[in-house]
Amino acid sequence: MTAQEVRLCGLLLREHFGEVVEKVGTHLLRSGAQNLRTIIHETDVSLDLVKKSLCVLVQHGVCVFSSGRKGPGSPTEYQTSCDRILRILRYPRYIYTAKTLYGDTGELIIEELLQRGHMTMSSTVKTVADRLTQNMEEGRSMDYSEVSSAFSKLVETHFLQRCPPLAGAGTTDSTTPATPATPAAPAAPVSTTQPTPESFPDCYKVPHMTLIGRGKRQLSSEEGEDQRNAKKAKLDLESHGDEGIYWQVNFERFHLHFRDQAIISAVANKLDQTSSEIVRTMLRMSEVTTSPTATCTKPLSANEIFRSLPSSYNIPRTILDQYLTLLVDDPMEFVGKAGESGGGMYVVNLHRALANLARATLESVVQERFGSRSARIFRLLLRKRHLEQKQVEDFAMIPAKEAKDMLYTLLSQNLVQLQEVPKTPDYAPSRTFYLYTVNQLPTARMLLQNCYKTVANLIERRLFETKESKRLLEKSQRIEAILASLQASGAEPEQLTEVEEMITAPEKQQLDSLRLHINKLDSAENQVDETIFLLDSYVNSTATSTS
Amino acid sequence: MAGKGRGVAAFTFNIEALGIGRGSMPEARVGPSPLFPNTDFKPVPLKVGEDEDYMLALKQEMRGTMQRLPHNIKPQSNKAEVERYTERYLRQSQMEDEEWTPDWNLFPKELMPQKKKTRAKAGTKRKTVKMSRKDTEDMLSKLDELAKKDDGNPEKSDDETEKKKGKEGEEEEIEEEAYDEEDIEEENDYIESYFDNGEDFAADSDDNMDGEATY
Repeated sequence: MTAQEVRLCGLLLREHFGEVVEKVGTHLLRSGAQNLRTIIHETDVSLDLVKKSLCVLVQHGVCVFSSGRKGPGSPTEYQTSCDRILRILRYPRYIYTAKTLYGDTGELIIEELLQRGHMTMSSTVKTVADRLTQNMEEGRSMDYSEVSSAFSKLVETHFLQRCPPLAGAGTTDSTTPATPATPAAPAAPVSTTQPTPESFPDCYKVPHMTLIGRGKRQLSSEEGEDQRNAKKAKLDLESHGDEGIYWQVNFERFHLHFRDQAIISAVANKLDQTSSEIVRTMLRMSEVTTSPTATCTKPLSANEIFRSLPSSYNIPRTILDQYLTLLVDDPMEFVGKAGESGGGMYVVNLHRALANLARATLESVVQERFGSRSARIFRLLLRKRHLEQKQVEDFAMIPAKEAKDMLYTLLSQNLVQLQEVPKTPDYAPSRTFYLYTVNQLPTARMLLQNCYKTVANLIERRLFETKESKRLLEKSQRIEAILASLQASGAEPEQLTEVEEMITAPEKQQLDSLRLHINKLDSAENQVDETIFLLDSYVNSTATSTS
Repeated sequence: MAGKGRGVAAFTFNIEALGIGRGSMPEARVGPSPLFPNTDFKPVPLKVGEDEDYMLALKQEMRGTMQRLPHNIKPQSNKAEVERYTERYLRQSQMEDEEWTPDWNLFPKELMPQKKKTRAKAGTKRKTVKMSRKDTEDMLSKLDELAKKDDGNPEKSDDETEKKKGKEGEEEEIEEEAYDEEDIEEENDYIESYFDNGEDFAADSDDNMDGEATY
């Protein structure tokens, strides 16, 4: 939990949950596991606000609680970790992916679950149906069963999972076992008291739910609100047979999907569309058989791949074999050959693909910041590992003076390291080799921290811009509200134009440029998050393979 | 420092081994690096496209929605007495389900909001009762002392006790005590030096006039 991560997490919490939750959250991040009394004492926030913040944090899965370290009698301790909060940056990407895979219904289901933390299936279905009905034309409404089927599809493909019940304190769901099994998550030497959702056998089982009806359209008039309140009171009393079963978004599954997408698009960029389709088929076939932390997929024979290719790609068998050979020989090493049976057994090297993608990211960073010749030196050092000053000049074919300059710039930015190799035991400088080298993993970590710092700076700049023009924004909000109310109550166009003219032309210009800036900053945050995802997956993949 | 006399940049080892000549040393730094250095290479422009626009819209919507949900806890701000015009329109956009209760089966019991209102009131009441009890005890002891000191002011003591029962602040007590000490021996309400009798004045002025006449 570095300083940059904590700063970014604080900003994200503030934007989405408010300043009180930010204060409690950052305090927990900095100080590790703590019980309620200590939190209240050290943050100087009142008791009920701290309780509410902790409830919000637990609801969204940011904070976990467990009985204290001193044994079952001690007060419960609360703990947060950065990872979950940093996921908030990626919420738009999750929602967009759900939209591409499962349409508007899937998109709204994921959006509701991300906003509320965890929810029961029935409440999700109802809310989503209502929202879909809002956007449909008059007279049509969304049936609950359609939404339920979309929900079930999401669960089948593991994009949604059940929340684990309270560890040890009694279960609310009668079908899950009362004692938590040992966690199935690998490389988790921390507490065994926090079972992952996957350690329960019913993690992906859709409950039997009696929910029949259609979405209700929300009326925008006053009577509508009273009706809704009355209906709300009635709805709360109905139960649909799935009380206590809460669902949450399975982020790991989305991450696997993003990783697969990255590999497929890399293959498409480097080779061609057909080879990317072949790799896509291979990945699709091994979706269920590959564990999330596997180094490579299970071996697939060429016959199986041939049979599973999409029907639009009817390439003959020999061409497929040639493509596979091409993929295996490619220096990026996305696909490897694991045997000769069944026409050749092929695997997709997941970890190696991630490492290569991370390396490409590092190279492009150096290129964009220091120029293509520095990038050439960087690539040279990545491939040749250790080189002396003279050798760098010769291999890179760059004049000595410039090569020196570039090497020193890279060294001062910590992208290149110096390794001393002594000839004599006394490390005399005249008798020591000084070799330049690049270590990919530490450099990737450093760039990842830079990315976090970048996003934090972007958010702060956006908040600053909003604060500067707060008065103007409020004025425009007020005018929009007035316009909306005038239109609802039926006004003439003259009145509307009169109200619109309350904003002068230079103010409108200022508002437009403000909007442009904020959009740019927001878009930049989304795109930096793509780099964060790549580097983070690479760092995590090396971590699991070494442990 | 060895070699100081021979030249400024002198090293303890042979520089040529590193491949750097005397003249090609990079410039020495004169201070910390600037906060916003000039970049020779400008950053690449952002990706533009349908996907990016859609994700941008999603992000802004999500931020706005989450700020209106009851999950967003606002610090208790002092509301202005006069409700601002904007707030009336902004409130129309608030989410209707302001109260959110989590499912307590999944949360530790200690996070439940306790019904502490009545107990808090009783506590403060008890405090005031305690304070006044302590006060009355102090007052009684003080009154006994005063009664021993001067026998003639039962009325003033009554005033003081009334004031003490009304307020709990210590400043009042200090003021009372100061008032008390100044005024211990008087029968009327005025401080001794407030009024001068005419005799003193006349006597003095007579003396002065006599004094003034003689130079």
